[in-house]
Amino acid sequence: MELSPARFKTQAAASLADARLQSALEKLQDRFVVGRAQALLELDNADAVRDAAADIRARTLANLDDYLERFEAAARAAGAEVHWAENASDVNRILVEIAARHGVKRVVKSKSMVTEECRVNEALGTAGLEVRETDLGEYILQLADEPPSHIVAPVVHKSRDEIADLFVEHHRTPRRETIPALVAEARERLRPAFLAADMGISGANFLVAETGSALIVTNEGNGRLATTLPRVHVAVTGIEKVVPTLEDVATLLRLLPRYATGQSITNYVSILTGPRRPDDGDGPEHFHVILVDNGRSRMLGTDRHDMLRCIRCGACMNHCPVYQNVGGHAYGWVYPGPMGSVLTPALLGPAEARDLPNASTLCGACAQVCPVKIPLPDLLRNLREEQVEQRLRPAGERLAIRLWGLLARHPFLYGVASGVIARALRLYAGRDGAIRRLPLGRGWTLGRDFPAPSGRTFRELYVRRGRA
Amino acid sequence: MRVGLFVTCLVDLVRPRVGFAALKLLEATGADVVVPHSQTCCGQPAYNSGDRRTALALARKTARDLAGCDAVVVPSGSCAGMLRMHYPRLAEADPEPAHAAALRRLAAHTYELSDFITRIAPLERVPGRYEGTVTYHDSCSGLRELGIKDGPRRLLARLPGVRLVEMREAETCCGFGGTFAVKFGEVSSAMADRKCRHILETGARAVVAGDLGCLLNIEGRLRRCGHNGIRALHFAEVLSGEAD
Ligand code: SF4
Repeated sequence: MELSPARFKTQAAASLADARLQSALEKLQDRFVVGRAQALLELDNADAVRDAAADIRARTLANLDDYLERFEAAARAAGAEVHWAENASDVNRILVEIAARHGVKRVVKSKSMVTEECRVNEALGTAGLEVRETDLGEYILQLADEPPSHIVAPVVHKSRDEIADLFVEHHRTPRRETIPALVAEARERLRPAFLAADMGISGANFLVAETGSALIVTNEGNGRLATTLPRVHVAVTGIEKVVPTLEDVATLLRLLPRYATGQSITNYVSILTGPRRPDDGDGPEHFHVILVDNGRSRMLGTDRHDMLRCIRCGACMNHCPVYQNVGGHAYGWVYPGPMGSVLTPALLGPAEARDLPNASTLCGACAQVCPVKIPLPDLLRNLREEQVEQRLRPAGERLAIRLWGLLARHPFLYGVASGVIARALRLYAGRDGAIRRLPLGRGWTLGRDFPAPSGRTFRELYVRRGRA
Repeated sequence: MRVGLFVTCLVDLVRPRVGFAALKLLEATGADVVVPHSQTCCGQPAYNSGDRRTALALARKTARDLAGCDAVVVPSGSCAGMLRMHYPRLAEADPEPAHAAALRRLAAHTYELSDFITRIAPLERVPGRYEGTVTYHDSCSGLRELGIKDGPRRLLARLPGVRLVEMREAETCCGFGGTFAVKFGEVSSAMADRKCRHILETGARAVVAGDLGCLLNIEGRLRRCGHNGIRALHFAEVLSGEAD
């Protein structure tokens, strides 16, 4: 079954029932939650850096068009070609055109969420191009024909055993057991792909307006290979990724890896500015940047505006107790966790993802850890309000809340009703004081008893006590 | 000082004892406590479900009910958070300045119970006693909206007979989340399950928290899994000696 943001509940139930996934998720938590906490200890005045980072992102967004124009001018001056794509089909059309113009047959890709958003692999395949994902995680997923389940650790939902099986099936080689052996095996497969590729596609973590550069952080060398070996390099990224200066990027880079994986810096940080110059040792002959809107500019100035600050570190999902239990596929689209619960309805429209903004207890852990201080619970609540206004929530639910509200506005009626409910539930519970099936609250009693009310409300007892 | 106790709809309906326990603690501070009879629900379920209109109507009503108080105390981090942090937001959208001002005034002098009896009107003597080990669960809104962390622990430490053992991930959500627990029953139960595991690991006799919602959720999961020996208690029940 294809994943969809509209089927959160069913997908979440499937995740909860999947024992292997559950143990994989537990490890994720140990690794990234603990990792982030430790990496922050070594950062002097982490709070100040975080304030500065949030400020840089907010300032840029306030004048986004301006910084994008500056970026475009600087990138052109450095010899890059800049393309603007309003939506996914623009992205794919532009990519196919670039490929045709440069006579491209084989493409290598380095991880990029925007290309997932635009289903680039599918489109390029249809256009007759051979596309190979080159991040270890993305490569594994391409073999398994599955989408990523985490924006930083896309394959975190798979166990080593599953990966070993997958390699045996696709590579037809003897089963290797250890992680280094599996990595080596993938590398053997990928090396020829790099050498044969005519075009490399990457994302960009940031675009630097000052210099016209695309900045990419990775832990595997593949990002560097995909952007420098092939004749043509195309960086595909969202318009919100622009940052004014290299100095600003330096600030953000102090946080991104720490919040993402608990590293003080990633293994590779590439700052790519234009194509190869005559005296350069390596680099592509042609360098293109595709600036993707795909719904982002619609968020500017609305209740979703702050979400555009996101630097895709994944900390919010690592710390989200819902994500920790259901994993990324439950969310049904490119962006999982709290950030996805905001981004998915914002980009696809609120009707496409009715459950997502509600699939949170608003516990606030996400906002607490977000390096750029995005108030995720507030954004989720705003989306819920939008859903109610547009009547996208079930009629029964809206009615129940309105009725409760009506009752609560009339203390006398409220007192009578709550007294009746308290008694009824008490009777219904019987001797042991636990309700195993709650009328109108089946969701609750799926996995929990409901402790029975004591039978008299506080208001009743208080009045009686006053009289006595 | 005239202190208004806001009882919360869940306490009123399900476990009134928490309300009386809070009352006892407040009276022990020497405050002049009133419990306005017209109070009902603060509107949080509506607010968090996206029904802003209903939430605003209930917020205005609550502000009217509690208008005569110098301070308002709530035995729940999430309802106190609603009054303190979210009423001002509702006020921003309130077209009538008088109502908006009332919401802001109420917000400014609303306190969560442990906060009030440690910082505002320090409780000189903790009236209760409790024999045995307990573990404390940090309820999300109290912790992250109001910064409630040490207060309840320090109060518990002053109680004769009690020993506090910390559980793993005490700050992780128990899965309650108001209507979330009903809308996403399975996910919510899985979250409660982890919380229960961490509680059981401590060997404590009771889990203590400052929000009845979390307590019902945790207790419900404990009972469903057959752990009948562990109690889920509001800190006010423990401190006031009303637990038994
Ligand atoms: S919302 Fe914040 S924490 Fe989540 S991915 Fe974006 S920057 Fe990271």
